[in-house]
Amino acid sequence: MRKAAVIGGNRIPFARANGKYARASNLDMLTTTLDGLVARFGLADERLGEVVAGAVLKHSRDFNLTREAVLGSRLAPSTPAYDIQQACGTGLEATIAVANKIALGQIESGVAGGVDTASDAPIAVNEDLRKVLVALNGARTLQQRLKLLGKLRPGQIVPEIPQNSEPRTGLSMGEHAAITAREWGVSREAQDELAALSHQHLAAAYDRGFFDDLVTPYLGLTRDDNLRPDSTVEKLARLTPVFGKGDGATMTAGNSTPLTDGAALTLLGSDEWAAAHNLPVLARFVDAETAAVDYVHGRDGLLTAPVYAVPRLLERNGLTLQDFDFYEIHEAFASTVLATLAAWEDPGFAKERLGLDAPLGSIDRSRLNVAGSSLAAGHPFAATGGRIVSTLAKLLHEKGSGRGLISICAAGGQGVVAILEAAA
Amino acid sequence: MSNDRFRDFSNGGIAKRLGVPRIPVLRRYAPGQPLLDGPALVAGSGRFAKSVAALVTEEGGTVVDEVGEGRVAAVVVDLTDATTLDDLAAARAVLQPAVRALAPSGRVLLLGPSPSEASGVEAAAVAQALDGLVRTIAKEARAGATANLLVVDAEATPAAVDSSVRFFLSARSAYVDGQVVHVGVPVGSPQDPPALDSPTEKRLDGRVAVVTGAARGIGAAIADTLARDGARVVAVDIPAAGESLVAVANRTGGTALQLDITAEDAPARLVAFLTERFGRLDLLVHNAGITRDKLLANMDAERWDSVLNVNLRAQLRITEALLDSALLGDGARIVSVSSQSGIAGNRGQANYVASKAGIIGMVRALAPVVAPRGITVNAVAPGFIETAMTATMPVATREGGRRINSLRQGGLPVDVAETIGWLGQAASGGVNGQVVRVCGQSMIGA
Repeated sequence: MRKAAVIGGNRIPFARANGKYARASNLDMLTTTLDGLVARFGLADERLGEVVAGAVLKHSRDFNLTREAVLGSRLAPSTPAYDIQQACGTGLEATIAVANKIALGQIESGVAGGVDTASDAPIAVNEDLRKVLVALNGARTLQQRLKLLGKLRPGQIVPEIPQNSEPRTGLSMGEHAAITAREWGVSREAQDELAALSHQHLAAAYDRGFFDDLVTPYLGLTRDDNLRPDSTVEKLARLTPVFGKGDGATMTAGNSTPLTDGAALTLLGSDEWAAAHNLPVLARFVDAETAAVDYVHGRDGLLTAPVYAVPRLLERNGLTLQDFDFYEIHEAFASTVLATLAAWEDPGFAKERLGLDAPLGSIDRSRLNVAGSSLAAGHPFAATGGRIVSTLAKLLHEKGSGRGLISICAAGGQGVVAILEAAA
Repeated sequence: MSNDRFRDFSNGGIAKRLGVPRIPVLRRYAPGQPLLDGPALVAGSGRFAKSVAALVTEEGGTVVDEVGEGRVAAVVVDLTDATTLDDLAAARAVLQPAVRALAPSGRVLLLGPSPSEASGVEAAAVAQALDGLVRTIAKEARAGATANLLVVDAEATPAAVDSSVRFFLSARSAYVDGQVVHVGVPVGSPQDPPALDSPTEKRLDGRVAVVTGAARGIGAAIADTLARDGARVVAVDIPAAGESLVAVANRTGGTALQLDITAEDAPARLVAFLTERFGRLDLLVHNAGITRDKLLANMDAERWDSVLNVNLRAQLRITEALLDSALLGDGARIVSVSSQSGIAGNRGQANYVASKAGIIGMVRALAPVVAPRGITVNAVAPGFIETAMTATMPVATREGGRRINSLRQGGLPVDVAETIGWLGQAASGGVNGQVVRVCGQSMIGA
């Protein structure tokens, strides 16, 4: 089976919530990002095989978000599109969907990614009120209607606001991550160090023009506004912990990702399609794996599913954890990355939980998130996958050889991981 | 873009009764438009008169050989064989009634011999006399009419002047006035003219064009105009201008390239991009430019360097890299945007003026060097062009800039773009090393 080619990408700079993009909708951002991709690759009026994207925080009116974005873009309106949603795994899962169809020969080209806004978030009608209104809509007689109207109460005016917490545990993602951090003894210093590196790497990548053909400015923003190029371990050490309790609390606003708005997309295609359009092949999409853990009743942490997904992916591809030139591990929290690496290094965990004779081992940390990651760029949930795939593909293209591993944790105890290799 | 309230007022009924001089509304090109809105008087006994008449007829126009009752939309006098004062007197006899009968936005186009090729002193004097004559006709012309002169080398054939005659007769040259353009034997090997349904349209069909500074203003107009005429446009601008660059690229069906042209690796990145995506380049438009105004007495090195780096050094480096690559072939064209300030100098703009004058030097030096490869290099020098920048000028400064030219108004970005479109055609190989002002015959630097 042929492997899908990663041709390039486009994203808008990520903006901290309630900031520059406070008034931009998911549809605005996704359409703009798509148009930027069209301009970069000269695809005006082109019919692509498929556009697949999604959003985690989504208005009910956006039931056909991606198709609407296509219709609002310069792509040919004959380009089909559909939405998917797998929490923070959305962007990468969309890429898998497009890459698989290309590999199967069902389509020759496609765009994958996602968008999210934590600013323009949907606010729903109070659940009690909603039930009354639904019944009212179905009522046939005046009598029935009057009876239902009598059920309206002042308290029903309080809206449902989306919560950043797990429905089954009531804990926020940060609180879950704090539990895992404590389990693995992830130190505050190690987290701050990872966060500072993320900022420094991202700033350096911008400075050398790395993002000139990956990012298009939007609404006056030319770089991710969460980026602190002068971030240091010392500065980060001054912050007060916000997740976890007591003296052992280590997670701060500095080593956790902020709520962010943004969108990212990746262009994929067959080698033939790329050649016919004189477009480069930066990398090839090799394989992917998803995993899920029982964080509700079991022993696993909410964001630890990639720990299970990666060994399965490696085994299927006959690779070891050390066979990679780049590691793109999504920095939901600095502690998540460090706990994931610790789990792969732990012999006991390997034996008891992963069912392996030996642990996967450690990685060369100089190959980790070398162009920065979510701690610096921010993390608009569904946009992160597209950011990472495009970034890694370009890194591999610059190097001219080798392969890269992507690992993204997601709400609901899920994880999506993938392998890219440089185009020969 | 043209928010010229005085022009609009001057065309109203009240202004007429008050005796306010009327500012003409210039005829500008739109696809499908005829070359001329009325008959053309074609006169003179040079070797081009016949082919010019044929060209006008081919475009669906009417040719007359003397002025009759009505107005004429154009007057073309072929004086390429003029050598004596008697020949000059004959030209007067043709032009005198003709300029009287000239329609609004009419065209006067003279074709004359090159003074440097003149076979005697009187012939040289006559050739030079045409230069002054055409500039005067331009100053006397009314209602948006223009006058220009093509100085044609003895060995140039009618095919060599074809694209220039079309340009100067058409509405595309609306704001090009009082200009003298030299036309020689076309560079490179003879090109088959592209088969076109309508000879004035799509004259850049399929040509790959790079436009720097394309995100806004004149650069965006250049991208639009080249695309309208069939070019495949690569719109280049700094990464920070990416959002508007996308809009330009997508509305022209072209490609956006975010590139800081002053970056060390910018020439290499541009060459790599064009090699991969197009495999060739037919038209390079150096348009990107910045200003950092200060009197020379207060000019620091940072201001000087930033302007020179964008406006001149980047052009030199990119041109060199492209000429070293295999991308620019026979028929390729390079057009650089200079400025009226580069000709006249301008208070408070020593850095800008140096860069824009430098462009003229670059063009003149490069033209003979690349001619054997079939490549031409020319410059356009805009005068007062109505852009977002001029819209923020103080009213008095803006009004002054607008009115001190023969057309008594500012030009539009599209006027600069149309001129580049003409120089960018494969068929314009006879025009090389020229600086064409797009200024409505501004008095500044004239």
